[in-house]
Amino acid sequence: MNSPTPQFVPSRLSIYEPIHQIGIWGENFKRNGNPNTSTSLIVEVDNKLENESETTSHEMLAPTNNYEQEASKPIDKIQRRLAQNREAARKSRLRKKAYVQQLENSRLKLIQLEQELQRVTQQGLYMGGVLEGSHIGFSGTVNSGIAAFEMEYGRWVDVQHRQICELRTALNAHISDIELRILVKSGMGHYFELFRMKSTVAKADVFYVISGVWKTSAERFFSWIGGFRPSELLKVLVPQLDPLTEQQILEVCNLKQSCQQAEDALSQGMEKLQETVSSTVAGGPVAEDSYIPQVATAMEKLEALVSFVNQADHLRQETLQQMSRILTTRQAARGLLALGEYFHRLRALSTLWATRPPEPSLP
Amino acid sequence: MDKVMRLASEKDVVVFSKSSCCLCYAITILFQELGVTSTVHEIDQDPEGREMEKTLVSLGCNAPVPAIFVGGRLVGSTNEVMSLHLSGGLIPMLKPYQTWC
Repeated sequence: MNSPTPQFVPSRLSIYEPIHQIGIWGENFKRNGNPNTSTSLIVEVDNKLENESETTSHEMLAPTNNYEQEASKPIDKIQRRLAQNREAARKSRLRKKAYVQQLENSRLKLIQLEQELQRVTQQGLYMGGVLEGSHIGFSGTVNSGIAAFEMEYGRWVDVQHRQICELRTALNAHISDIELRILVKSGMGHYFELFRMKSTVAKADVFYVISGVWKTSAERFFSWIGGFRPSELLKVLVPQLDPLTEQQILEVCNLKQSCQQAEDALSQGMEKLQETVSSTVAGGPVAEDSYIPQVATAMEKLEALVSFVNQADHLRQETLQQMSRILTTRQAARGLLALGEYFHRLRALSTLWATRPPEPSLP
Repeated sequence: MDKVMRLASEKDVVVFSKSSCCLCYAITILFQELGVTSTVHEIDQDPEGREMEKTLVSLGCNAPVPAIFVGGRLVGSTNEVMSLHLSGGLIPMLKPYQTWC
């Protein structure tokens, strides 16, 4: 049957004992004081079966006293009965072997699952501790929303760069207005795509968008409610668009003013939101330890932040659309080139800044 | 339905708001900047507030507040007002109601 060599299953749990004792069921069914509780029951059962077969054979042998009185026919009966018993015992041992095998497999599976669970729990705690304050939180959905955005944004920047090069080449090559229109449309559409992406990730984690952590450091310096300021955008664009007609100058001037007014209104709304959240959090006696109701109320108020981010992006989108309406196709192309180049240079500035040589220590 | 339309027609520029709504506050600041005094109705402070909210949503507003009415007619929510302003259409609309001190 089984070899009696000890087989140890490695585990952290102390209830698992070496399984070599299982291998010697058949041989030593009279063992007593078996310390292994999980196998002793089975051994007992096997004992019983063995004993039963023994008893049966004993029982069979008991009335053999009478046999001497009879002919050899009962001896055949005895032989047959003994053989049947042996067969029954053998089958029983095989069934037991199969059952134990099943138990062993389940036990191994259980150990694996426990190890996996421990690993995952430890990893979760580690992530929470080390990455606290960064943009990765405990929630799986927040994590995946941000991860998806970061990947998409990386692609967005690459496409942006390609579009800028195409625009530059096209403008220098003096292609037709119709062809230029196509480039302008795709350039505009590319920005609108970014606003859509931001809207999605803002629902997952609005603080991620507002922090601007997804942008380079120089871009972040100019950040206003999770992106560039529309009035800043106009200041960058307009000098690149000369010459403008009288009508265009007037319209651009009006656009600049309405942009500024809309920005001011949103900025003041944001300030009010800050005040509201601050006073809610600070509400109630600060000397007391319980703050759950204040924090819960503040949570509700923070929902408004998503609306502000959406409004700011809406303002950016409207500014771009108004400019494309005011300008000719060629001017719009030059405008998009100027804007794209501006952000490209800001990103280069960030890289340069990050890799600047350390200041020599003063004597 | 009635209360919303009645209140909207009572004054020149009406903004339906909620007491905690900071975006509504931003809109009133914009109107102030443009020389318009807007009348603000906080529907969460109104006993018929729920009905009014339903009405505003049924009129086509994405969010019930802020809802802006000029001259008794619905202009829309923040999006519409901002788009209108940047396209140069808001000031002409507000002209009859501007009160420069």
